[in-house]
Amino acid sequence: MTATSAGELLAAIPEVSTVLDDHDPSVPDIIQGTGHLPEMRVDPIALFQRVRDECGDIGRFRLADKDVVLVTGAEANEAFFRSPDEVLDQAAAYPFMTPIFGKGVVFDATPEERQQMLKNQALRGDMMRGHAQTIEAEIRRMVADWGDEGEIDLLDFFAELTIYTTSACLIGKPFREELDVRFAETYHQLERGTDAIAYVDAYADIDSFRDRDEAREKLVSLVQAIVDKRKARGTVPKEERDLLDVLISIDMSADYITGIFISMMFAGHHTSSGTASWAMIELLRHPDVMADVVAELDGLYAPDADGTAPEVSFQALRSIPVLEAALKETLRLHPPLIILMRLVREDFELLGHTIPAGTLIAASPKVSNRIEEDFPKAEEFDPGRYIDPRQEDLQNRWTWIPFGAGKHRCVGNAFAMMQMKAIFSVVLRDFTFEASQPLESYDDDTSKMVIQLARPAKVRYRRRQR
Amino acid sequence: MRVVADTGICQGHQLCQGEAPDVFGFDEDADVVVVLDEHPDESLRKDVTLAVKYCPAFALSIEED
Repeated sequence: MTATSAGELLAAIPEVSTVLDDHDPSVPDIIQGTGHLPEMRVDPIALFQRVRDECGDIGRFRLADKDVVLVTGAEANEAFFRSPDEVLDQAAAYPFMTPIFGKGVVFDATPEERQQMLKNQALRGDMMRGHAQTIEAEIRRMVADWGDEGEIDLLDFFAELTIYTTSACLIGKPFREELDVRFAETYHQLERGTDAIAYVDAYADIDSFRDRDEAREKLVSLVQAIVDKRKARGTVPKEERDLLDVLISIDMSADYITGIFISMMFAGHHTSSGTASWAMIELLRHPDVMADVVAELDGLYAPDADGTAPEVSFQALRSIPVLEAALKETLRLHPPLIILMRLVREDFELLGHTIPAGTLIAASPKVSNRIEEDFPKAEEFDPGRYIDPRQEDLQNRWTWIPFGAGKHRCVGNAFAMMQMKAIFSVVLRDFTFEASQPLESYDDDTSKMVIQLARPAKVRYRRRQR
Repeated sequence: MRVVADTGICQGHQLCQGEAPDVFGFDEDADVVVVLDEHPDESLRKDVTLAVKYCPAFALSIEED
């Protein structure tokens, strides 16, 4: 066999059409001539869907000097998700994350090892009961000043709540007690700094990256103030210490500590915040499902003959089938991450093609979760998909991928589902909700790699009479 | 029924042992699940089904004989 060049191997993989000219005057100078990068900044979902529609299970688009091979369908997804880090490397595929964690923050561990550490420490099965109690308490604090009726912005509300829950559960309660809405707003500003322009230059002189760097500095100064307070206070008994005390005791700088905290909270923050928001929106769009969920919760938490009712923190760790099905269907239609990328380290054989080392390869939860053959009437919100015998999540474990799949499947997914169940157990039992704006106007802002709800996303609440 | 565990994707959460301790064990060295009883009694179907449904890694399945 004659050696085939990387270029020839790639050329054999069909390339998607171009709908936005990369020399169009609307394209910022820094990304002129970068292939599909301008379109990915404007309408990434349409781009990824078009790859499948035009090219099938394996297609290709271009981000500046990198080709991205996008795979969909069970066979290709399985190969993608089963590959070890030595073959498909996830750390190298996300250049927009480095300035967020901090250039100086280097870990002695691979993403796989870090995931394992998180699972073995903060996310251990025997710690879930405590986390459930912490989360229930945080939700009750957030709604404590709600009064009988009012209006909230879903993004503001859930982004703030999930800052408190992730910091309390993953870092420690004493640290969480030092945080307020300023930390949540600054963290959100940091997440906004994930412009795909990072595929050309993650430190480019653009507004979004200046905001990002300013947000990170603000977080460092907030953490520095907390560190100073801890140092002035002196040592406390072991049971009152949290992860911050441990990091201070080994002389880590506030900058470094902030980087570690940002990276620990990142995977659990915008993902949970967005899912909670979309679950609320889908329940408002489907009053019949909302009624079923509320009836289920009222039944579950109804006091028994001697007047005792299960605690939310107990029930959130157990089966709540109707609510769970609604949450799963929300995740299918609105996966928090729309694309998962890896850098190909060794030539990779897939569907009769060889993807050469140095290429980026990607799977798209957004596209895979809506494959019509696997999810009949894929565009419809139908929680019935998860009821026996359909079980469309388990039946399609390589294409139902809101949490990814395989070895890298989100290690926090049980934690996340518990958190969602706790949130809706509290808010739907005490309040009714209605949309403050047309139901079709709720949408995602997909202009950054971290997808967030577009503002406004307001809903009105009213306390239930019981 | 036949119980199948995919140790290539198991993440070692060990939740299955809580649902069906007679069917699922754990290999401490490899940090993965071990199927103790590949053909459990029909009376355990409910427990095994819960273990499959709530496995955080989607690493378990039931195949009908």
